[in-house]
Amino acid sequence: MRDFTAIEGMNAQELTTLIDLAETLSDVLERPIKKVPTLRGKAIANVFFEPSTRTRNSFELAAKYMSADVINFQTSGSSIEKGETLWDTARNLKAMAIDAVVIRHQVAGVPGLLADLLDVPVINAGDGMHEHPTQGLLDLATVQAHYGRIQGLQVAIVGDVLHSRVARSDLWGFTIMGATVRFVGPPNLLPSEMGAPMTSNLEDGIRGCDVVQVLRLQHERQKSGEVPSMREYREKFGVTRDRLEKWAPDALVMHPGPQNRGVEIDSEVLDGPHSAVLDQVRYGVAVRMAVLYRLLGGTHDS
Amino acid sequence: MTVSETSSADNWHIKNVRIVDPYTHTDALGDIFIAGGCFVSGTLPGMLTVDATGLWAVPRMVDIHVHFREPGQEHKEDLVSGSRAAAGGGFSVVAAMPNTDPVIDNPALISWEEARGREIGLIDLWPLGAVTKASAGKELAELALMEAAGAVGFSDDGKPVANGRIMRTALSYATMLKHPIVQHAEDLDLSEGTVMHEGNISHRLGLPGVPAAAEEAMVWRDVELSLLTHGPLHVAHVTALGSLEAVAYGKRLGAPVTAEATPHHLLLTDQAVVDWEVSPVTKVNPPLRPPKLRDALRKAVASGLVSVIASDHAPHHDDEKMSPYPQAPYGISGLETSIGAAFSSLLHTGLMDPLTLLERMTSGPHQALGAWYPGVVPGARADLTLIDPQLLWVVDPQTFYSRGHNTPMAGMQLKGKAVATMLRGRWTMREGQVLA
Repeated sequence: MRDFTAIEGMNAQELTTLIDLAETLSDVLERPIKKVPTLRGKAIANVFFEPSTRTRNSFELAAKYMSADVINFQTSGSSIEKGETLWDTARNLKAMAIDAVVIRHQVAGVPGLLADLLDVPVINAGDGMHEHPTQGLLDLATVQAHYGRIQGLQVAIVGDVLHSRVARSDLWGFTIMGATVRFVGPPNLLPSEMGAPMTSNLEDGIRGCDVVQVLRLQHERQKSGEVPSMREYREKFGVTRDRLEKWAPDALVMHPGPQNRGVEIDSEVLDGPHSAVLDQVRYGVAVRMAVLYRLLGGTHDS
Repeated sequence: MTVSETSSADNWHIKNVRIVDPYTHTDALGDIFIAGGCFVSGTLPGMLTVDATGLWAVPRMVDIHVHFREPGQEHKEDLVSGSRAAAGGGFSVVAAMPNTDPVIDNPALISWEEARGREIGLIDLWPLGAVTKASAGKELAELALMEAAGAVGFSDDGKPVANGRIMRTALSYATMLKHPIVQHAEDLDLSEGTVMHEGNISHRLGLPGVPAAAEEAMVWRDVELSLLTHGPLHVAHVTALGSLEAVAYGKRLGAPVTAEATPHHLLLTDQAVVDWEVSPVTKVNPPLRPPKLRDALRKAVASGLVSVIASDHAPHHDDEKMSPYPQAPYGISGLETSIGAAFSSLLHTGLMDPLTLLERMTSGPHQALGAWYPGVVPGARADLTLIDPQLLWVVDPQTFYSRGHNTPMAGMQLKGKAVATMLRGRWTMREGQVLA
């Protein structure tokens, strides 16, 4: 593995290795001094062309817990806004002797192209509607930790699947690991075809599921006329305590965040006993440590 | 091809050639004689002899959909480089789209373009004029005056004439003219923000896709308007099942409707976007479609429902095609791969015979634009292409005469290539070398 730009196309063994490694590295988060020397002397550039708080922080902490140096490269006011092309940005990073690039970009496929240009590892932190592979990986790690397996589980992904890179990374990740994925959402927010069963009936979608991943409803969907109102969305697709108790009482509930409480998910569920949202955040740091470790050849002690 | 030099005159005897002449419906081995810029019936003293054994001679190959970018975007292409690309690709006539900067929307610009083409002298450059002033879709341009100045058709190509009332007016107005309205059919609301065909591949790649319905809806509308007005409609670059159905419906009811297909839509599918790892060389409008649509398009060209193959040659500067997919411009540099791609898709697959296939690149486009040419008959202007139908070659955009190197066919092996082009009895390309 040279880059980490997509889950699609990976195999179960590669994913298992990363999940296991994340589990091991997550111990670092429990230590009083959260610093291991694994990536000492390595420089990592976080290049974010799209606003992000959680993912950027998570990558930054993952790198810092392993003693790497991190620069955060933001696009507002930067050379990119001044018209510099992606290729020139890449060449400049290379000239500055960066050891790895973490990139988020609003355009699908850009991390893959960047990976072709750079001979240092490129990690996709989310590209358009394409993939968010570390999110996919952290979802796998969270489920693995809870169930002790992924094989054979039923996973429902509920919400605006069409525009979701998380849904895509989850689809590939869970499918590769032997789980079954179904998509649930308004028909106009589901892809026309993507190799997963789809339904617009929440009950059919989540009944008997082991995992319910609830996606964030972006407010721009209402502005663009694709969702009539938040109220109507909640009525049809909101994951409430009553609905969960009736249709999927034992399901692990996940959400990639940030959540709209009271729209796609109720606080009772989010803060309830089946919620894994904070485990997701914790594993987020761990899987990013695992990915950095694997790509930067951290062969020293961990 | 070997030449025995017997005289320096520009008179030629092309012997042992397979004459594939759709204009006269001829497909036979024979000799062709050229003197004084025209075909003649036999040898004359001082003719140079060309032994064209194994080659096909096709009179006046035409591409009625190219973008030559001049004036205004000469870094992408100009009339010289475009003319060279056309001659290099085997064409003696091309019709150039008016979406330049400024838009070619008045008789003065039409006259200028035609004169400039004549001055360059490598091809017959047929100007297309805009349908509406500045192609803004609001007011009709001076169609009759442009026609009088030499325009061979009218198009706001690059975008559609979106407003139904204006399209109705244009088609109606064109009933008193000789040449058609050429429409780029696309519902702009449906396609807004999209970059490729909507389907399994766009969903996997996470790229916003446009449904085929965006094209189909407008082709249906335009066909209905052609029926309503009897106005001549030529549908540019069709790619979708519903578009084909609409054209068939219009023809059945007697509407003056024709349609064209591009070599890239006939050869490639949206899988190319995956194979090219989302490089913008695959970005084209309408987008590359899935195999089912590509195969239906091939059948429609074979049956004659689609009577024109045209390249939609759309050169861009290398730097522009290095932008991320959504920001990169649409288009494929197609003149120099047109014959190879058409032959590879339709001839060597056994779907079409040579005469019918070449009809789509000769008499078909003439009819679509309301133009006429007699073919290889004595007295006719000697526009001719020699094609090696079996030549296997690998597309290398760096060898293009066009300034646009943007093609997803780069690196592909094609079968069939023009080896010589003649305009008015003078060679403009020999052995792949453009002679000016």
